[in-house]
Amino acid sequence: MEDTQIKYTQEEFEEAIAKSGEERYVLRLYITGITPKSTRAILNVKKICEENLKGRYELEVIDIYQQPVLAKDQQIIAAPTLIKKLPLPLRRIIGDMSDKERILVGLDLRPKK
Amino acid sequence: MTKEKSNVKSMEGLPKCQTGIRGLDEITDGGLPKGRPSLVCGSAGCGKTLLAMEFLVRGAIQYNEPGVFMSFEESPKELAQNVASLGFDLNDLTARKKMSLDHVRIERSEIEETGEYDLEGLFIRLNHSIDSIGAKRVVLDTIESLYGGLANEGILRAELRRLFRWLKEKGVTAVVTGERGEGTLTRHGLEEYVSDCVILLDNRVEGQITTRRLRVVKYRGSLHGTNEYPFLIDEKGISVLPITSIGLQHDVSNERISSGIPRLDTMLGEKGYYRGSSILISGTAGTGKSSTAASFADAACKRGERCLYFAFEEAPNQIIRNMRSIGIDLEPWIKKGLLEIYAVRPTIYGLEMHLVKMAKLIDEFKPRVVIIDPITNLIAIGSETEVKSMLARLIDFLKAKQITALFTNLSHAGGALEQTEFGISSLMDTWLLLRDIEIGGERNRGLYILKSRGMAHSNQIREFLLTDNGIDLIDVYLGPSGVLTGSARAAVEVQDKISDLMRKEEIELKKRELERQRKAIEGQIAVLRAEFEGKEEEENMLTQKEKLQEETDIEARKEMAHIRKADVSTGNEPTKKGRRNIK
Repeated sequence: MEDTQIKYTQEEFEEAIAKSGEERYVLRLYITGITPKSTRAILNVKKICEENLKGRYELEVIDIYQQPVLAKDQQIIAAPTLIKKLPLPLRRIIGDMSDKERILVGLDLRPKK
Repeated sequence: MTKEKSNVKSMEGLPKCQTGIRGLDEITDGGLPKGRPSLVCGSAGCGKTLLAMEFLVRGAIQYNEPGVFMSFEESPKELAQNVASLGFDLNDLTARKKMSLDHVRIERSEIEETGEYDLEGLFIRLNHSIDSIGAKRVVLDTIESLYGGLANEGILRAELRRLFRWLKEKGVTAVVTGERGEGTLTRHGLEEYVSDCVILLDNRVEGQITTRRLRVVKYRGSLHGTNEYPFLIDEKGISVLPITSIGLQHDVSNERISSGIPRLDTMLGEKGYYRGSSILISGTAGTGKSSTAASFADAACKRGERCLYFAFEEAPNQIIRNMRSIGIDLEPWIKKGLLEIYAVRPTIYGLEMHLVKMAKLIDEFKPRVVIIDPITNLIAIGSETEVKSMLARLIDFLKAKQITALFTNLSHAGGALEQTEFGISSLMDTWLLLRDIEIGGERNRGLYILKSRGMAHSNQIREFLLTDNGIDLIDVYLGPSGVLTGSARAAVEVQDKISDLMRKEEIELKKRELERQRKAIEGQIAVLRAEFEGKEEEENMLTQKEKLQEETDIEARKEMAHIRKADVSTGNEPTKKGRRNIK
């Protein structure tokens, strides 16, 4: 019994790893108007996505000045904030996205050190 | 401390925003600085969130100032549940757009920091909430949680500074709460940014008793009370009661009220106590202090006045039962709502809390007579000076309201009777001393008036009797052997009666003796008189006889002369003189 269970989990794990290369990413970038920080963030996120998630990501940039209600609903505190809605778990990456390594960690593309 | 009307401007002209929290507006001389952030700090569980929430709810309900509550710790649901017990319906207020709740949730594990950022998100949320309901008040509870969620302290500092500046520009009156740090007011130095008004809450344990206290640490540009004030959280929210010695400015009354014991009224210049005075009854155990107090309560209720009875020793039912045994029935008064017995063990709260609680009850019940039975038990929860200061403030508080207060004080047997533990006798206007008088193997109760300001009072000791019909005072026996009471008095009185009777008998006896003697003398007088009369008669007879003899003699002589034909020279009849000459 125990052996098979372990086997199963191991199989599942390997399967998951294989799949991770195909999973779709749903990302939202919340910015506050056109500030240098916002612009930098947009550029950086786009670049990283193109490099690592080409063809399987969906990125939406939202200006919370325009939609303040979303700030409350999405628990936005800092700006800019990149939210990885899918795949789970949900992650928030804040800042101007200048630290590429940390973004990759945040997107679960690199294991946490 | 001055109580002032709504939206008061203090001397400097600083606009104030009334909190609506009982007592806090008095301490802060009108409320929090309007349009500025104030910091409320304190350690965990001392009531920061509640104070902040009450500030918003009161603002929304009483002053029509909607408010935003931004919570960094509790969810709106939790908040609503927590304050529902205080009668605040947050859901209703939110629905009516009187309040907006925003829960800021920060999960450290979810967050990855990548370079520069700001807290504009928070600003936008706050701004949106404020604008959507036209908020005038804002609470940030506890903004320091940000430090737990975000790692970059440099950014946080700068952003918080910006946030407080922004709040000022926005013109909202904000309350920011902060957790108390080691040696500092807040853990992350929030007091650096919020410098207009800082209120410190404290929850101290002394001798296993917790007391909540509030202090205005700083209030720029305004007068404020500087003391630590105890406060209470109960089913009606927070009450801070700034009971300090207000001074001796209270009005005095010339009205006199009965003590409930007619004879005692007589001793107190015929009329009883002064209204609004403080009365102390001290005595050793079992001397009838509570009974005297109950008589006073009964008398007050008979006059139709409300009486609040603080019992620190007995349960209400026990008091009622015990007093019934001496013919005082308090139950009808309780049913009528004229009497309220508030019984509590002194150790349940700290001293300050008792004072706050009492003041609160007095404010609510509005009695004209207050009884505290006994004050001695309070020493268990405070030092002598603390108790004295508390009682002084209580007395001032009562006097200012023209409430007559009666305190009982248990003096220790063997100790000096004319001494109270706390040296409070100087605070009292009337001081009665009940004491045991031990004579002839029994104890009896005696009552003195040690002092009574402003009236001519008796200096006599009276024997104090607890009868089936209440308390009676009777004169003690004052004799050559000193003051006697009880059966000794009765015995002496009987003795007196006997000797009195005997003396009367003796006098009676003597009287009878004298009467007898008098009668005997009278008899003698009668005999003598009879004798005297006899003698008189005899004398009369003799005179008569002599007269007759004389006449006969004259006749005879005339005859003789006639016979002798003697010559009569002068007149027909001889004169008496002549006759005598003849004789």
